[in-house]
Amino acid sequence: MKSSPRHPTRRHVMTMGAAVALAAWLKPNMVLADEAAVAAEIKKLYGDKQAEASKVVKLDIPEIAENGLVVPINVEVMSPMTDADYVKAVHVFADGNPLPGVITYRFTPACGKAAASTRMRLAQTQNVVCIAELSNGSLHMAKVNVKVTIGGCGG
Amino acid sequence: MSTNPTPRVRLPATAKPGEMIEIKTLISHEMESGQRRDASGKAIPRKIINKFKAEFNGKTVFEADWHPAISANPYQAFFYKAAETGEFTFTWKDDDGSDYVSKHKLTVA
Repeated sequence: MKSSPRHPTRRHVMTMGAAVALAAWLKPNMVLADEAAVAAEIKKLYGDKQAEASKVVKLDIPEIAENGLVVPINVEVMSPMTDADYVKAVHVFADGNPLPGVITYRFTPACGKAAASTRMRLAQTQNVVCIAELSNGSLHMAKVNVKVTIGGCGG
Repeated sequence: MSTNPTPRVRLPATAKPGEMIEIKTLISHEMESGQRRDASGKAIPRKIINKFKAEFNGKTVFEADWHPAISANPYQAFFYKAAETGEFTFTWKDDDGSDYVSKHKLTVA
């Protein structure tokens, strides 16, 4: 059945509807965080102190996230977790989400192990950065680039 | 759809002294990020659980500050080194001021 401007076919209307929905989902005016936003958050916490990329922080995230709404993230910081030597705080940031903050963990020696798992939303392919602050004041960092096939910003 | 956030916690009932146990928690919650818009284009306000806390015999063991990037029905797993018998209190704090609480006993022998 041919389509004309006065009598659009159902297929034609649905295609137009899908195109509008896709455009809305892509949200061209959505403002995203970026590397500078993540750096600013770290500066707010620790001033000019530099975090060194270190094997002390294990940031375990799939390299390719099938579903940006639910991306598993496992963090472990190697530490004896004694009263004298433990992990004070762990901060995770995402440089391609609308907001850079993801999670902050505060461990205590009672944990025995500075490791935690959760699931996060990633809006698009981006870097996830993890900063660990040890009881001796040192900062350690790990970074993973995650490819996101379906963005998880919702709406 | 409006159901009360229901927490679910998985941890063993008993442990040996010094044993490392993993505690897994889950709570049903939309975690409305504040980024979504409704049909008329208006932003749906943020409403998330912004803090998770685990205490044992009244002392804080583990805490997490959650941002809107945490997925809906948030899952949180962490570890605890068993020392003495007692009770865990898990608290989830909502943006709107509500607290969701779950308690669990642990026998250490």
